[in-house]
Amino acid sequence: MKKSPVTTIVAIGIGAALFFVLGRFVAIPSPVPNTNISLQYGLLAFMAALYGPIAGCLIGLIGHALIDFSFGWGIWWSWVIASACFGALIGLVSRKLALADGLFPKKDAVRFNVYQIVAHILAWGLIAPVLDIVIYAEPANKVFLQGLAGGIANIVTTAIVGTLLCMAYAAAKPKKGSLKEEK
Amino acid sequence: MTNIFNYIDRPSPIHQLTGATKLVCLLLWSFAAMATYDTRLLVVLALLSVLLFRLSRIGLKDVSFMLGFTAVFMVLNNVLVFLFAPQHGVALYGSSHELLHLGGRYIVTKEQLFYHLNLVLKYLATIPIVLLFVCTTNPSEFAASLNRIGVKYTIAYSVALALRYIPDIQREYHEISQAQQARGIEMSKKENLVRRLKSASAILIPLILSSMDRIETISNAMELRGFGKNRKRSWYMGRRFTRRDILSMLGCLLLLAAAIILNIRNGGRFWNPFI
Repeated sequence: MKKSPVTTIVAIGIGAALFFVLGRFVAIPSPVPNTNISLQYGLLAFMAALYGPIAGCLIGLIGHALIDFSFGWGIWWSWVIASACFGALIGLVSRKLALADGLFPKKDAVRFNVYQIVAHILAWGLIAPVLDIVIYAEPANKVFLQGLAGGIANIVTTAIVGTLLCMAYAAAKPKKGSLKEEK
Repeated sequence: MTNIFNYIDRPSPIHQLTGATKLVCLLLWSFAAMATYDTRLLVVLALLSVLLFRLSRIGLKDVSFMLGFTAVFMVLNNVLVFLFAPQHGVALYGSSHELLHLGGRYIVTKEQLFYHLNLVLKYLATIPIVLLFVCTTNPSEFAASLNRIGVKYTIAYSVALALRYIPDIQREYHEISQAQQARGIEMSKKENLVRRLKSASAILIPLILSSMDRIETISNAMELRGFGKNRKRSWYMGRRFTRRDILSMLGCLLLLAAAIILNIRNGGRFWNPFI
């Protein structure tokens, strides 16, 4: 199914708004004190898988930048860029998924999760800490540990929330080829 | 809750600048503060930003909530840096003036304290400016500003859509969450983690499926009105540059230039008072 460019623009806007609301107001307490689980990456992976790399990249970029703005500490560029890269990566590799046609079989679920794990490792284990060092000159072991902790939390939430979202969306969509011509 | 970005309308010279000017200034300023670790320039930037903040007639009371968040973030970041790399300053500045032994590798040095001073100054140099931007720029003007500085209008429009629909989605989330809680969904600490995530999904799924319908409706409406047909569009909130705008942008450009020149003269990003 081909999407019009206008749909992608609207999807970016609404996706960024959802990303913002989940990241800013929906806090699920985690076992580690004073940290919350960020559900927005499950959403980002789902939207990127559905609307492609450009949408994924911009939803991550705009949504994360808006969250940073609303907290008032300025834009922490390294992590914003990592979010954008995660969205773009998922969008790039998810082209083979047929979510828009209402199909999300087990095989695709496995594939989606392999993609998201690799993309999270790249984004939080490599891009975010390296940019932290380059832009902010922070100590290496600190930023890599932060990235690792964030990355693992994001992998878990994406695996649960992202997969459930894909399954629910595919189930709600009429399947491709579900209509037959009567003879 | 409608005013999440805390826009405060007051008569001040900062409010009179166009949104595009403020965006350009914010970017130039934060790049300048990001590029340099020269303490002298950071002190100048911090003082200037506090001065500008006074000029905008925004009171500390108006931003106390955001300042609180940022202060926690700043302290946490400094503590983490010290815990993980107590000798980072020594490595950066190449000398070691020991002050205090805390046991193990935790030796407080002048260099480390100086590095932390720079980190704090960086916050002080950027936070007032960010708050200034957030508090004095009308969100409706923001998209027009993005387009003005060269972002494609379709993408600027995505940002406008996001800002427009955040309150709606927030309200919808709240409604769904209460409906699901009435049906016995638990999201607090009483449940284990996987359960909590699953209950969160029970709220997210209706929210996101209804948002998908929303995307369809909005994009159909926009397409019917011919959105995206022309290469340019005009903005209701767009304003022309005045002399004041040009001068402010030039001022910020000079600050960035100063940061770059100092980086070259110092032979790196750090100004080293220890040699």
